Amino acid sequence: MSSSVLDVTAVGGSPLLRRWIRNLTLPQRVIGILLLLLLVFFVIMPAINIVYTSLTFSLSDRRLPQVVDRGIEVVPGEFTTVHLERVFWSKLTNKMFLIPLRNTLIITLGLTALSMLIGSSLAWLVVRSNMPWKRGIANFASIPYIIPSWPIALAWIAVFKNTKLGGHPGWFQYMFHVPPPDWISYGPLPIIITLSLHYYAFSFITVSGALASIDSRLEETAELMGASKFTVMRKITLPLVMPALMSAFILTFSKGIGTFGTPAFLGLPVRFFTLSTQVYSNVKNNLAGDAYLLAIVMILISSITIYMNAKVIGARKSFVTISGKGFRAKPVDLGKFKWVMFGLVILFLVIFVLGPLYILSWQTFMEVDGDYSLRNFTLHYWIGPSGATGSLGQLLGEGQAGILRNSEVWFAAWNSIRLALTVSTLAAILGVLLGYAIVRGRGTGLSKALDSLSFAPYVFPGIAFGAVYLGMFAKRIGPIPALYGTFSLLVIVSLAKRLPFSSRTGTAAMLQVHKELEEAGSLVGAGFFKRFMKIIFPLTKSGFMAGILLSFITTMRELSLIVLLVTPSTKVLTSMIFRYTEGGYHQYGDAITMFVVIISLTGTLIIRKAQKTDLSKGIGG
Amino acid sequence: MDKNKVKIKLDKLRKEFGDVVAVKDIDLEIYEGDFLTLLGPSGCGKTTTLLAISGLEEASGGKIFIDGKLVFSKKDEIIVAPSKRNLGLIFQSYALWPHMTVSENISFGLKVKKLPSEEVTQRVNDILKDVQLDEYGERYPSELSGGQQQRVAIARMLVNRPQIFLMDEPLSNLDAQLRMEMRSELKQLHTKTKATTIYVTHDQEEAMTLSTRICVMNEGDIRQIGTPEEIYEKPADVFVAGFISNPKMNFFNGRVSKVNKKTFIDAGGFSIEVPEDVVGTREEVRLAVRPEDFDISGTGISYTVQTRLPTGSSQILMAENQSGDNLTLFFSTEISAKAGDVIKLSIKPGKIHIFDNETSLRLN
Repeated sequence: MSSSVLDVTAVGGSPLLRRWIRNLTLPQRVIGILLLLLLVFFVIMPAINIVYTSLTFSLSDRRLPQVVDRGIEVVPGEFTTVHLERVFWSKLTNKMFLIPLRNTLIITLGLTALSMLIGSSLAWLVVRSNMPWKRGIANFASIPYIIPSWPIALAWIAVFKNTKLGGHPGWFQYMFHVPPPDWISYGPLPIIITLSLHYYAFSFITVSGALASIDSRLEETAELMGASKFTVMRKITLPLVMPALMSAFILTFSKGIGTFGTPAFLGLPVRFFTLSTQVYSNVKNNLAGDAYLLAIVMILISSITIYMNAKVIGARKSFVTISGKGFRAKPVDLGKFKWVMFGLVILFLVIFVLGPLYILSWQTFMEVDGDYSLRNFTLHYWIGPSGATGSLGQLLGEGQAGILRNSEVWFAAWNSIRLALTVSTLAAILGVLLGYAIVRGRGTGLSKALDSLSFAPYVFPGIAFGAVYLGMFAKRIGPIPALYGTFSLLVIVSLAKRLPFSSRTGTAAMLQVHKELEEAGSLVGAGFFKRFMKIIFPLTKSGFMAGILLSFITTMRELSLIVLLVTPSTKVLTSMIFRYTEGGYHQYGDAITMFVVIISLTGTLIIRKAQKTDLSKGIGG
Repeated sequence: MDKNKVKIKLDKLRKEFGDVVAVKDIDLEIYEGDFLTLLGPSGCGKTTTLLAISGLEEASGGKIFIDGKLVFSKKDEIIVAPSKRNLGLIFQSYALWPHMTVSENISFGLKVKKLPSEEVTQRVNDILKDVQLDEYGERYPSELSGGQQQRVAIARMLVNRPQIFLMDEPLSNLDAQLRMEMRSELKQLHTKTKATTIYVTHDQEEAMTLSTRICVMNEGDIRQIGTPEEIYEKPADVFVAGFISNPKMNFFNGRVSKVNKKTFIDAGGFSIEVPEDVVGTREEVRLAVRPEDFDISGTGISYTVQTRLPTGSSQILMAENQSGDNLTLFFSTEISAKAGDVIKLSIKPGKIHIFDNETSLRLN
């Protein structure tokens, strides 16, 4: 497309001037330049800010022992290595950096291994075996991906909480009258298990895709040559799905690094810190400089994994199975284990997918937490009035009303919905524009810059991204007022974090709209705006709508990104869940969690109906 | 076609994609009422030239005039918008908007021009009748057959009443039978409208049957411009001779010999007398003979039939002589021959094409 939005021939002046005007007024260029400015604001400035803050003094640094002891005068904005020293080379290093780093690596590697094991085994059974009811199982198994990761952690607490740390006992202790040991109640093991129960969906989806594309004749040929089933698996099947396994590894690993909710719920009670919870605690303790250095470490780890992904498997993301006519996908006969496997899978799904949701729902009906008997049943936490008393005359939930009658919850729900609606709409529009500028400008530096800049937020773990925005918008920058505590800040940060997803979907949608369809319009005199509204937009509409819904759900359930940024006036459902759970009001937290879960599931079902695709679609949200 | 009236003129038109020169400073004049085909193998620059004329692709150098008016000049940075060049284009993919009905597709351009709605309806209905799609106005393109989609694309172009028709391989997506039908429809369309047409194809048969003139391109250069007959009978160089031939042209290395002041070219066992001035002082030339330009007679050079490929009404023979020269021959089935037969061949008088070995250009 070479027609500019202006008829430049009509512009007077020298040919050179006209060329300049024309080049700058090509539609993809105009949009591209505006988007580039936006991306600089969204991505580059925060990145500079995070480095700057960690290398300079801020007012709150006055109380740091390293400053007080040496009598250093703190001038805000002046260069200092004090944060570097504190994090990497001081008595604090162990507690603030090394232990959280070790914990993060233990958890991430553990959850990656476990979730890949679960995910790929399930994938093999669903795609390649003759296990019954495979389609149903495939959809069932994708549910954990749709709902947020932390409800499983909350369910774990409900079941395995012990009384050693105070509060009410969990289901286990209630049933068996023995408190479970600490290492089962809290810390790395439950974190790994509960996160794996969410993240296995990544491996499940990618490996299923790879397995489904394998022609079973490839395996049969090996069998004909006398290879045993095990050899076939090891020498043929495994190498063919290797690229998918690798990308599942990278995906899970880089998501795991930044995960916040679960380590916070299951780690903080026993002071088990990961990098993400350490960042949170540093920010809360007004140690922004230290927090940002840890955030940089997280970004580095996550960048390295993504870089390795591009280097190691980028060139062969998937094998193209070369085959002639026809395609055979003969399921492997499990023989007498067919029903055994089916039973195990169903048991797994019921316990680990439905179980947590069941436990959480049940908990919301318990008058006293931890008492699973029927006489303890109450609807108070849903519909009770404020100041209601329980059967023993105690004030329920310190006098707070049930969530459906609680104006604070309604306020947070309204904020959540408002935020999700605004973000998803803006993200979709931004996505289409990015897609247009990237696809139509293909080959230009501008297009490449937009492509890579819009991907950059992917390497920022949510909590780190939130921390960066907190620092950047705490004060006025040029014409932009201080945004801390405003709703706009939540919109901006969520929008920025959605950029990789927006630009991917936008680019994919735009690639579907062949350039000629637009050219046919410009040939009969349709200007850019007309072409966009009448041709491009209608043709990308279905992807656009699905993108909106997916963004809506993701924003609804987002916690780590905004947990540092919400204030009482901008609280959202997820931040309320976090507060309630932190404060021990599990019934309230769980009730709101169920609410978010229901919204997520319904939304995904709508997408699925609209797109006629499987529940398992939508990786990358 | 009116040779006195140049409708479109390309002056040293050039297009580069990075380091690749797709169109190399070509000059071309297209006359009013011309049906000019840009013919050549893929990657020869024909579509690029077409798109440069339309204005959808910006050339890297040179000038384009339409009706004597400068519409493109790189040097002066004059680029008239595609919609102001008074032309219509049929894309190879048709580029029908899938989200619009047939009527909406056709009326789009008229609505952009803000024509009164009665006139839009009238013109759309008229054109639908013309292309025999009056029943299909409310259908979506995906609900039509390939040939019907093709007609919608034609209607969408015609309804805007352009003076110039541009067509980019419009028949390549159709099956063989439909292609024949649409070919004759396109020819009728041109006869009826007399609109100047530029047609891009790699199919020589399509070019021969449709065009008033053919412009053969290769590697960004124009190799020959002429009527279909001129191109067929007097290919300007070795490339054109080889490209415009079906079955494939027979090429020989010819040795020039002089006997009794007469000049002969010896090739493939044949010895052909040629006027002396044709070959000049050359000792070797390149010789080409079409498969249908051989006679089987009692006398002549002996060739052994290797393979016989009957096509129904005619037959293609592959033959070889003792020195290992290979020939492709094309005869009607009246001549009986089978693999293993020895046939006596001679070249029909005046049916040889002689080219310079160095320049590849035609000598006779």
